[in-house]
Amino acid sequence: MTWVNTIVQGILLGGLYALFACGLSLMFGVMRIVNLAHGDLGVLAAFLAYSVMSATSLGAFWAALVVIPIFAIVGYALQRGLFQRSLAISPLSTLLMTFGLSVVIQNVLLKIYSADSRALNIGSLVTAAWRVNSGMSLSYLALLTFGLAIVVIIALQLFLSRTRTGRIMRATSDDQEAATLVGADSRHVYAIATAIAFATVALAGLMFAMRSSFDPSLGPSRLIFAFEAVVIGGLGSLWGTLVGGMVLGLAQTLGAQLDPTLLLLSGHIIFLAVLAFRPQGLIPQRRIA
Amino acid sequence: MSILAIDRLTVHHGQLAAVVDLDLAVGEGETLAIIGANGAGKTTLLRTIAGVLRPSSGTIRYDGNDITRMPAHRRVAAGIALVPEGRRLFPALTVAENLATGAYRKRPGPWSVERIMTLFPWMPDRARQPAASLSGGEQQAVAIGRALASNPRLLLLDELSLGLAPIVVRGLYERLPEILAEGTTVLLVEQDVSQALRVADQVCCLRGGRAVLRGRPADLTGDRIQNAYFGATDAVEEAAR
Repeated sequence: MTWVNTIVQGILLGGLYALFACGLSLMFGVMRIVNLAHGDLGVLAAFLAYSVMSATSLGAFWAALVVIPIFAIVGYALQRGLFQRSLAISPLSTLLMTFGLSVVIQNVLLKIYSADSRALNIGSLVTAAWRVNSGMSLSYLALLTFGLAIVVIIALQLFLSRTRTGRIMRATSDDQEAATLVGADSRHVYAIATAIAFATVALAGLMFAMRSSFDPSLGPSRLIFAFEAVVIGGLGSLWGTLVGGMVLGLAQTLGAQLDPTLLLLSGHIIFLAVLAFRPQGLIPQRRIA
Repeated sequence: MSILAIDRLTVHHGQLAAVVDLDLAVGEGETLAIIGANGAGKTTLLRTIAGVLRPSSGTIRYDGNDITRMPAHRRVAAGIALVPEGRRLFPALTVAENLATGAYRKRPGPWSVERIMTLFPWMPDRARQPAASLSGGEQQAVAIGRALASNPRLLLLDELSLGLAPIVVRGLYERLPEILAEGTTVLLVEQDVSQALRVADQVCCLRGGRAVLRGRPADLTGDRIQNAYFGATDAVEEAAR
C-alpha cells in the first residue's frame, strides 16, 4: 500500500512540475527561447501574491486573479520590449538576457523581502485531504494542482489547434517569414505566446507557494524541474510535458521512498537517462501542437 | 491607372545590388511576367514588393499609396499576397489549416477556403493531412490557395514551376485563368519562359537586376527574348522604357 501511495503522490507532484513546465515548453516551441528566468518568475508571482494578500484582506484565490493577469501583461510587454530585440541579435543573446533577468529578479526579491521563508496563507486547505483509506490520503491542494495542470494543458491544446490566433502561432513557429506573408505580425504573436507562458508560470508559482514555503533563492531549482519535465516528455509537446512532469515526480517520490536523500538525485538520474537513451523524449513531437 | 508603380528601385543583398534602378508599372487586372536567368533579381523584386526585403532606394506605390516602408504583414491586409519561392507551407499544419492561415488577414472578396478547394478537386479529401505529406505539385497548389485566401488584389507568384514536373506545372497554370477571372492582378516570376508567355499580358525580362526587355508576348520574337535572357550585347539597347 505504501508503494501505491508513493506512486499516486508522485504523479500528483508531477502535476505541479508540468504546470511549471508548460510555459517553458510554449516559449521554446514558438520562439526557441529558453527562458532561464522561468523559475524566478514563478517565485516572483508568489511574492507578489504574498504582498497583495498582506496589503489587502484578499484570499489566495482573489490574489491569483490579480497576479496572473498582471503577469500576462508583463509578459506581453517584456517580449515586445526586451526579448524581441535580443531575438533579432542571436539566440545566445536571448539566453543571456533571460539569465540576467533571473539574477535581477532574485536580487530584487532579496532586497525587498530578505532571505526569510514565507508562505501563502490558504487557511485549512493546506492540510485538508481526502482519506482514501488508512494507507493513503490525497491532499486537496495536490489534487487541485494536478487538475489545474491538466486543465491548462487541455486549454493550451485547444487554443493552439482550434483558434485563429493559436493556428497563426503554430504557423509562426513553423516558418516565421511565411507567417508574415499571410499577414501575421510575428512580434504580436510572440508577445501573446509569452503572455500565456507568464500567466501559466504565475499560476504554477502560486500553487507551489501554497504547498510549501518559499524564498527568493528557489527559482533556479524550479527551472531545473520544469526543464527536466520538458526534456523527459519531449520538446515541444504539451502532453509530453505532462507525462514528463509525472515521470519526474514519480522518480523523485520513489527515490525518496527508498532513501529520503535520493529525492533530487533520482529525478536527475531519470532526466539524464532520457537524454542519453531517448533524447527525443518520451512523446516526441516535431513542433508545438 | 497602375495598381503597382515601382520607381527607380534598387535592392541590395549585402554588397550586391540584386535589383538596380528598376521602373515597373502594372495595370489593374493585368498579368505581368518577369522572366530572366538565375540571379537576375526576379525573386528579390517580388520579395521587396511583398515587404520581406527593404529596398536601398526607390519607391513602391500600391493603389496610389507609397508602401515602400510598410511592414510585410500589413501589406497582406492591404491586398498584396506572395506565393513564395519553394512554397513555404507550414509543415506541421494540415492542408485546411494552411489555407485558413491565408485567411488570417483576409479582405472581403470572392475567395473562401471552400471555393479554393473546388479549384483543386483533390483538396477536400486531403484537407486533414499535414502539408508536409503532400507532393511538390500539391504543395504548390496549397501555397497558391493560401495566398488566394487573403483575397489579394495583387498576387505575386514566385517560380511556380520550381522543382515540378512539366505536366504538373501545366496543371497549375491551367487554373490561372479562373483566378484571373476575378480581376486579380498577377505578377509572376518564371524561369519557364514558354509557360510565362502563354499567360502574360506583359513581359519584362531582367538581367543583372535591370530590365533589358519589355513588351507584349505577341510582339516579342524568340530571338529577342533569347538575347535579352542570355545577354547578347544588342539586346541591352532594346530595353524599352
